[in-house]
Amino acid sequence: MESHQSIPKRQNTLYSLLNSLDRLSSSPWTRNIVFASALLFFFVLILIPPMMGVLQKINSITQIYAVPELLNRANSAIIWSFITAFIVSVLDLVAALPLAWFIVRSKSRLINIIDTLADIPFIIPTAALGYSAILFWSQKGGVSSLLGVESLVSPGLLLVLLLHFAFSYPVIVRVMVGELLCYKEVYEIAAKTLGAQPFTSVRTVTLPLLKPALISSFLLAFARSLSETGATVMVAGTFENGPVFIFYNSDNEGALVYVSSILILSSIIVFLIIRLVAPHFKLPIRKAWPNLEGKLSSRVAVRGRDFVTIAVFFVFVIIPSLFVSMPLFGALFDGTLFEAISGSGPWSSFWSSMLLSYVIGFISTITNIVAGLPVAVIIGRKKIGRLSPVLDSLVNIPIIVPSIALGVSLKIFWGGLGMPEFWVLVLSHTTITYTYFVSSMSAAILSVPPEMEEVASTLGARPFTIFRRITLPLTKYSLFSGAVLVFTRCIGETGAAKAVASSLKTVPILLVDWIVKGYVSTSESALGIGFLIISSFMVLLLLRVIIRCKR
Amino acid sequence: MPSVKLENVSKRYGKIIAVENANLTVEDKEYVCIIGPSGCGKTTLIKCISGIIRPTEGTIYIDGKVVNDIPINERGIGYVFQDVALFPHMDVFENVSYGLVVKGWKLSKARPLVEEMLNMMALRERIRDRPNVLSGGAQQKTAIARALASGSKMLLLDEPLGSLDVKVRTLLRYELRKIVKDLELTAIHVTHDQEEAMAVADRIVVMKAGRIVEVGTPLQLYLHPKNLFTANFVGEANFFEGRIAGEIKRKTRVVVDECDIYSSDKKFFNETHVVAVIRPEFVVMRKPTGRKNCWKGRIETEAFVGNMVRYEVRTENDKIIAVKLPFAFSTQNWRVGDRVELAFPPDSMLLYEYPQIGLEKEISIE
Amino acid sequence: MPSLRLVNVTKRFGNISAINKLNLELKDGEYLCVLGPTGSGKTTLLKLIAGIMKPDEGEIYIDDKLVNDLPPQERNVAYVPQNYALFPHLTVIENVAFSPLSKGLSKDEAYKISMMMLEMMRLAGRTDSFPNELSGGMQQRLALARGLASDASLLLLDEPLGALDARLRVELRYKLRALVKERGFTVIHVTHDQEEAMVVGDRIAVLRHGQIQQVNIPYAVYNDPKSIFVANFVGGANFLEGYITERDPQGAWVQLRNRYLVRINETRFSPGERVVLAIREEQTEIFEHDSDKQEVNLFPGTVQLTSFLGSSIVFEVLLENGDVVNSKILVSQKKEKLKTGERVYVRFSPRNIKTFGYPQVGLFRELEVI
Repeated sequence: MESHQSIPKRQNTLYSLLNSLDRLSSSPWTRNIVFASALLFFFVLILIPPMMGVLQKINSITQIYAVPELLNRANSAIIWSFITAFIVSVLDLVAALPLAWFIVRSKSRLINIIDTLADIPFIIPTAALGYSAILFWSQKGGVSSLLGVESLVSPGLLLVLLLHFAFSYPVIVRVMVGELLCYKEVYEIAAKTLGAQPFTSVRTVTLPLLKPALISSFLLAFARSLSETGATVMVAGTFENGPVFIFYNSDNEGALVYVSSILILSSIIVFLIIRLVAPHFKLPIRKAWPNLEGKLSSRVAVRGRDFVTIAVFFVFVIIPSLFVSMPLFGALFDGTLFEAISGSGPWSSFWSSMLLSYVIGFISTITNIVAGLPVAVIIGRKKIGRLSPVLDSLVNIPIIVPSIALGVSLKIFWGGLGMPEFWVLVLSHTTITYTYFVSSMSAAILSVPPEMEEVASTLGARPFTIFRRITLPLTKYSLFSGAVLVFTRCIGETGAAKAVASSLKTVPILLVDWIVKGYVSTSESALGIGFLIISSFMVLLLLRVIIRCKR
Repeated sequence: MPSVKLENVSKRYGKIIAVENANLTVEDKEYVCIIGPSGCGKTTLIKCISGIIRPTEGTIYIDGKVVNDIPINERGIGYVFQDVALFPHMDVFENVSYGLVVKGWKLSKARPLVEEMLNMMALRERIRDRPNVLSGGAQQKTAIARALASGSKMLLLDEPLGSLDVKVRTLLRYELRKIVKDLELTAIHVTHDQEEAMAVADRIVVMKAGRIVEVGTPLQLYLHPKNLFTANFVGEANFFEGRIAGEIKRKTRVVVDECDIYSSDKKFFNETHVVAVIRPEFVVMRKPTGRKNCWKGRIETEAFVGNMVRYEVRTENDKIIAVKLPFAFSTQNWRVGDRVELAFPPDSMLLYEYPQIGLEKEISIE
Repeated sequence: MPSLRLVNVTKRFGNISAINKLNLELKDGEYLCVLGPTGSGKTTLLKLIAGIMKPDEGEIYIDDKLVNDLPPQERNVAYVPQNYALFPHLTVIENVAFSPLSKGLSKDEAYKISMMMLEMMRLAGRTDSFPNELSGGMQQRLALARGLASDASLLLLDEPLGALDARLRVELRYKLRALVKERGFTVIHVTHDQEEAMVVGDRIAVLRHGQIQQVNIPYAVYNDPKSIFVANFVGGANFLEGYITERDPQGAWVQLRNRYLVRINETRFSPGERVVLAIREEQTEIFEHDSDKQEVNLFPGTVQLTSFLGSSIVFEVLLENGDVVNSKILVSQKKEKLKTGERVYVRFSPRNIKTFGYPQVGLFRELEVI
């Protein structure tokens, strides 16, 4: 009696709300409705529209057959998409794995610096990376002047390769670092007690056991390269891959539908093939060369390898990515900043684009959290039995397919239903980032031992109580980082935004226009990019603060 | 020449002292067990010997040579891990032949050796199986075969039977000792199970909180432990606190709460604060004789422990004393609630100086 | 009125029956130990009773109410899994208060009950610590406190002492039983350690391949095993194979390897039948000298191995007919001076011999515990 009176009123309302939710969750019907709605949302709003859109206008591809030259260009663009993605992913795997190893295993004092730096290209929106790459490799202020040439790498295939290498690199580092951190070192130690040189033990024991992680990081890098639009457009010059082709041919419906549908179909097929074939790829483990591998394990060899790895990291990844900060600093002091804040000239449309991007980002993030959480639970707790891995694969489709192709399809689908451009933008951004949240959350839920939830239920807790008092607190880090991933991806997305909207411009599209069409000064471009980068950093900082607070 | 010698070996992690000043000699072909409660440093110690951990201080000798700076893969010591650590992506044959393959051997050359080793372990028919389909006992035997196939003459075992059922453990430990003795190996085996240690070891090393507390043969540690912790850790014991009060009939008299206990130990002066210890199976329990005896009481609990019955007797001076009798003698005579008299043969009553930190802390196994 | 009743309960995973037509009855306030090797279905059994799993066939009654379709949170059964599953993000007291709070008690009431439980478990000084800061023994007590605070009348413990050191296990098993008995809980305690089961259980149920082989008080299971598996798993024994040669009203003769004849008091088997004799190691008597009197079942042999186990010593003896038997004596019986290679005499008193029919799958498979 007394205790009831002592609870303040506000808490009481929250308490009774939670209480009623708890009670609702006991009923299997309520639970089924929640899960069914989330699944419905996924299929009806996320998965099916991109497939349906291109199918609706499939007849228009006859238009492209009428123009053989266009057809050839389209075909070669598609093939080059896959070729560049493959080359880049292989190079990235070879170059980034030693760095991940260095971060986790080395005893050097440089580790913290390298670890933080390795995340940067991942956080910076790709449009910024593209501009930075141009400044570094192509223009007079960069490497070119050091070597005394006009332009070391002018826009074209090579620059595209360099750019993709730089922005897929951190993906592999992050995945492999995470994997190495929870890898049980005992296997390697066992190998060493049996007499294996360190190099041999890694080759014959560690790498084979890391194969699943190597495959999935390869696929992630591959998907990123295949999908990226904005930065690629900036550096492509006359070279064309799929996204670039679509970007420049957005008025030709036949070409659009042709390339988009092929990209959608082939990317899913290529992924399936790699997924199925790669695990059977066997590394040689039945032979050893103790003398040679002993030398490769020596301090000198290891130092040499670390040096080369870090050098490649700096020269090809970090410096090109951060190079934009040079003109950025200049822009802070030459009056451009003042102009930007006052909103004059091109800046007025900049700020309205910023606002648009942020609004889209927030709506997408909230939607994905609310709609994605039940699906993450379904996958993480295998609630549909043997179909759970199938659902997991389906959920991954939105990031496998190049986002610009998705955008084309969605514009046809939703535009055809008369939906306003703003909402089509929102839906496409939500679709593209849905997977990030669900994957992150389902993996986290999977890592919570089922016993914990089982014990909680025997202690009298109803399903919703268990969810909010046990599962959620134990997975909150993944929840926040999933949300951050969604938000930053939204802010940085170019492909889908370009395909969907003709009048509304999100910030990345605006910036690509500025840079490609060149009607804005370097200072102004750099500053615009700068604002974009800063907003990403702010969000990341916010995440770090929230996590630390709750601890 | 001793196989292993540890000289003043210590290992610190910041402020935490995992191992403090360990001195130990293990002779060639000896089977030594290191026992102690969780966290006492026993695993850290053998990891130092194998090279997995570098000691903060001290020297480690193997076959007379200083090995502190020699890396793991060059020490030639077989190691069996607590969680087995068989390579999941290799079958039994590939696992067991690994030690030879990494030395440059061709698989065809290694095959006969591996097959012989597996025959010895009765694992020949599982040669193509993956670790995940083997039972716990078979996995552990494979791990041992793997450690031995590379030809090492010394074997370090870290709780090798820890993950197995009690019944399997009891069977496997004899097989383990037999293999070690048949192959004339030196073995250092770490375990928290003192019964296991007593069944297999030539000598046992007792550790507590990073220090080596006592070393001796199983019989020595059980019948004549040199300190209180060993007395409590290696088997069960009854503890009495009291003071020395002279001698009667050449037996030391100890006064415990106004009652007397006699011991054949003659180490201490009068008035010394001591602890007297007797194992439950040496306590004599008989029907009340009517004579004056302090140690009279009632049977409070009866627990059936296999071939013995363990009784708890609450004496008139409110002490609980554990008594163990062979099954055959017990159930025919005693029931819970019976009045009994206890006698303590002086030869089995051991005396120790009362510890500075107090009895409970001294014998604590947590 | 029995507290728990299982009738023909079956649970399948694919083609394998983890629990196979199991029947069990438990009285209110009883402490039952379910004993069995890994893989015998012990954890599945507890999960079925707790409601975490649903049986494919059969009924489960708690306090005479059919609970098959009742979810775990409404069964009033506390389940403590093998690794405790303590909530790592909640403090000690928050862990214990979880159940009362979930059941709708106010914060004050919940904390009052929790403090009571913690005091009982001697953890009252660590209320604000986190589970990973506690030692193994303390974690076990915390897991128990959390289960007891749920006010459930039925407690399901899955290898509660399994994660602890051997010595700590021995010490805590007595305390565990005392505590539970004091509060009058009904308990099912699952373990693979037969010594533990015999010490703590009012009754023992021996589980193998999802079926109960025997249920009785420890003494009866030990003294009168109904199968070779139970005789081997609970207490261990020497097993000798042979044939019945002669039978008379008082007993029979069994011929072992190489014509050794053993006298038994069993009359159930006919001459020619193949049998297995089981004699406990501690009932296998060992002597340094031959006996003057004409003794039945007295065989010469040589000591192969001496194992000192602390309070017992085991001698492995190779009998002259080729059979190997173990003889276990208490160290206080002062025969520890017997050495390897010495000639000894071994005797099996007929009343200590249990006779079983030879198993269909063969003796080796029947004794398999791995």
